[in-house]
Amino acid sequence: MGSLARAPYRPGMTGTTSGSRLHLPRYLREDDSLRTPVGFPGYRSTALRAPLRTPVDLPQRLTEITGPVLGEDRVKPEDADLTLRNGGEAVGQRILVFGRVLDSNGRPVPDALVEVWQANAAGRYRHVVDNWPAPLDPHFDGLGRVVTDSLGRYEFMTIKPGAYPWGNHHNAWRPAHIHFSLFGRAFTQRLVTQMYFPDDPLFSQDPIYNAIPAAARPRTISRYSLERTQDNWALAFEWDIVLRGADQTPFETDDDGDVA
Amino acid sequence: MSGPTTNPLDVPADPSVPFQPRSGQRGTGFLDGPFQLGPTPSATVGPYLAIGLTWADGIFAAEEGTPGAFWIRGQVFDGAGAVVPDAMVETWQADPDGGFPSPEDPRGAASYPGFRGYARAQTITGEFAIHTLKPGRLPDGEGGLQAPHIDVSVFARGILDRVVTRIYFADEAEANAEDVVLRSLPDDAARQTLIATPAEDGYRFDVYLQGERETVFFAV
Repeated sequence: MGSLARAPYRPGMTGTTSGSRLHLPRYLREDDSLRTPVGFPGYRSTALRAPLRTPVDLPQRLTEITGPVLGEDRVKPEDADLTLRNGGEAVGQRILVFGRVLDSNGRPVPDALVEVWQANAAGRYRHVVDNWPAPLDPHFDGLGRVVTDSLGRYEFMTIKPGAYPWGNHHNAWRPAHIHFSLFGRAFTQRLVTQMYFPDDPLFSQDPIYNAIPAAARPRTISRYSLERTQDNWALAFEWDIVLRGADQTPFETDDDGDVA
Repeated sequence: MSGPTTNPLDVPADPSVPFQPRSGQRGTGFLDGPFQLGPTPSATVGPYLAIGLTWADGIFAAEEGTPGAFWIRGQVFDGAGAVVPDAMVETWQADPDGGFPSPEDPRGAASYPGFRGYARAQTITGEFAIHTLKPGRLPDGEGGLQAPHIDVSVFARGILDRVVTRIYFADEAEANAEDVVLRSLPDDAARQTLIATPAEDGYRFDVYLQGERETVFFAV
């Protein structure tokens, strides 16, 4: 293992070296009562897809506490504006979606890739398997990418996605939502989720929303922001995204967070 | 610390939402541990992930033409044995010297020619493929070395949170026998679900979401 001595120490989030020992950060695992289960009876597709056995506990080691650096080179400035595509303006209510990416210790996550995708104003995705009779919009492809700034902030301009029927149960409609994908800085922090809008009347019948434990559901709903609403132009919605943070408990003795 | 807490300014307006302890006892009125924000809960990637998560170079953890690189190909199966055509498989791993291109590595970020360490592949054709290098061995924190392994996340419609597994290599039998994670599994049948087998241009690794051969998934 010559690699142990190869690179000089560069401070990570909380990883440190002391002598020949490595102290790895340990990312807090959220309580099961506040995290989305992998399967949910009301969401039909989970029946044959969500694993049924209890997952095996994997102590976090080097592979789990590191992660890819994916940033500016994957993003073009125009990726932050979903309302202007193919030489024209998308139809629908313009909205600014903004917020911060933080970890659970409240620390901003800078330089983090945020990927979003969504339906158009009529509730139709530009995808071969979405063929319900709502119009596509030639000027909306539903894809956005941004990178957080040094304070963990992100924002993009888009149009408010429409609700759409999806056949899960009789008269099933998805509440308006935007899909988000985030990496953070470690494999443990990877998150794919959906952002909702305040006071959506469709929440009560949506199993994807209701699969989230009740106490954690509000964390998925954006807040209307009058402050950032742009006069004569666009409404604004604020949504902070919280990734798992490192355990703040000080190191005491050799424990399983140490790598000899 | 007193278990999971939330933003103290984010008190739900609806008192039916469990928020404060229902013991009937008033709390101290003070924070008694480090302030914590509640992590955003996950949601399914849904059926339309190709819109947002397609990258032209996604499948290349190692660039084309990197010496020693090979393909890992496989399929994702559901509980009825059907191929899942709308999943995304992501991989993250060390380079052949055991380094990571990540500043979070307390040993320092490593750099290996042509190597990104990360790949994402969709299963639209029925099969995923990633192009990569064999990772080196890594310390296991218990005085030994882990066998070469790749961390894997699988996302799909019908899965509300990613599922995590690991790829090990059939031609690393000696290292596998010493690996702390493989050794912790109950039996050989469980271990076998994590072993990629040699194939024409690399390795084969299938994922079984359910059923007799359900892949071992990990809580990280």
